[in-house]
Amino acid sequence: MVEVTDVVCSLCGCVCDNIVVEVEDNKVVKVKRGACSVGKSKLLGHERIKSPAIRENGELKECSYDEAIKKAAEILYKSRRPLLYGWSSTVCEADREGVELAEDIGGVVDNTASVCHGPSVLAIQDVGLPGCTLGQIKNRADLIIYWGSNPAQAHANHMKRYSYVSKGYWTSEGKKGKKLIVVDVRKTMTAKMADVFVQVKQGKDFQVFSAIRTMLRGHEDVVPDEVGGVPKEQLLEVASMMKEAKFGMIFFGMGVTHTGARHNNIVNAIQTTRAGHLYGKWTIMPMRGHYNVTGFNQVCCWQTGFPYSVDLSRGYPWYNPGETSSTDLLARGDCDAAMIIASDPGAHFPGAALRHLAKIPTIQIDPFANPTTEFADVVIPAAISGIESAGGVYRMDNVPLRLRKIIETDYYIPDEEIVKRIHAEVRALRGKEGE
Amino acid sequence: MEGTNVRLISGRTAVQGQNLDSKLTEKYFDEVARCDMNGSDMEKLGVAKDDTVKVTTAYGAVVVKAKQDDGNPEGMVFIPMGPWCNAVVSGDTHGAGMPSFKGVDARVEKTAEAVLPVKELMRTYMG
Repeated sequence: MVEVTDVVCSLCGCVCDNIVVEVEDNKVVKVKRGACSVGKSKLLGHERIKSPAIRENGELKECSYDEAIKKAAEILYKSRRPLLYGWSSTVCEADREGVELAEDIGGVVDNTASVCHGPSVLAIQDVGLPGCTLGQIKNRADLIIYWGSNPAQAHANHMKRYSYVSKGYWTSEGKKGKKLIVVDVRKTMTAKMADVFVQVKQGKDFQVFSAIRTMLRGHEDVVPDEVGGVPKEQLLEVASMMKEAKFGMIFFGMGVTHTGARHNNIVNAIQTTRAGHLYGKWTIMPMRGHYNVTGFNQVCCWQTGFPYSVDLSRGYPWYNPGETSSTDLLARGDCDAAMIIASDPGAHFPGAALRHLAKIPTIQIDPFANPTTEFADVVIPAAISGIESAGGVYRMDNVPLRLRKIIETDYYIPDEEIVKRIHAEVRALRGKEGE
Repeated sequence: MEGTNVRLISGRTAVQGQNLDSKLTEKYFDEVARCDMNGSDMEKLGVAKDDTVKVTTAYGAVVVKAKQDDGNPEGMVFIPMGPWCNAVVSGDTHGAGMPSFKGVDARVEKTAEAVLPVKELMRTYMG
């Protein structure tokens, strides 16, 4: 038995880097410290895809890595406008190869931000972001707001490591010296911990941001008695707490990106944060989901100039979420093949998009079988990043961290190498045609 | 069977997260193929825990199990993010790239139909 320390979690955007595990016979047998229940489940492992496979007469038939990679290359080479989607549960090195492949074959490259914090990215491009690192919040913040976000279930270590419960340099008393406001449409597990729980009517977040922003700007007289289901007295209480805070922080989640005004909700959230600057330090951050959803956006920006939903079929990068985003592309039937890597649209895309995904040739690269496997014509199992292979990722606050390899695999291949090998085969096919 | 009009939202849960890499298991099925609603909505529908309900929207219909969670206001139901919820949410992104995963008008009614296992649910998209 070997104890491995400083393991970096490859599950959610918290990317906890203080995990201690026990490894025996090349297997993680115990998670001793650091991980939440979700991270622990990932580290202890699940049933894997046993072999590469190609679908023949409706059934997946096991084959070699070489055969599956060749078949994947053929699909992409024949395609006129493939969608290369996913990229958030893998490392930046694989993402870099993916964007290069998409450029070479004239595809559309998109990551899970498309169905997650895409609207936040649009809002940040629109009005900027008064942001900071999670370390700043841990050490300084005295008022934490979670808006449309339920970290107690979705980012279980977030409050303990970085925000409300954490103890830092100027926050040595932990939650005793802090206040927590939760804004949500339902009384979640996180809401039950709050000093103030603001229950908003579903879809009315924009109006509630506007009301608080108006109060912070000193115009409370124009705010009606009730906004978005919230009584004016409670809105005044929130505004007053915000005015008194020395360092305030708004974390926001899918509760605001998935609903109503989408990116306009986030623009308003950012401007509300700015209004807080009249009184103290205020910052805001999206609660990014997958451990490297942020990293793909970084890599894609370096390589194409744009963070996600980038169409490279024109010979130059074209960015227009709503047109080039995966859901729209699929729902319109506007791509003729798909390569899905490190994500699961089968489980997480609306039916309107899945009806087309089920029709077109689809390649899946993933360590685990999932609903997407049901549509896949080629399945290529991958090594698990952060357990069987190392690589760079970006935490939700854009801080880069390196995932460690903690066990060996003599069979599974890392995503980076799979994508490189597919690309090499595409080049070989092109070379043959040129002869 | 008499139903009730509700607003549907979706989202993560801890158990859904624990089974992200094992979505073909019963644990995932039990956690995700369900609809949380306020006790008074359950009473209105005449359903108890684990009774099946049919959730119908303009985009489709899906059968899931009912579960009481009074954290949801009356008239708003929650289905954990996953294949069952996505069978009834809207693919329309209103030109913004983001589907409507939350805030979908829906009708919930008691049903004798069974919940489709995940592979069968995926098959409904084929052909």
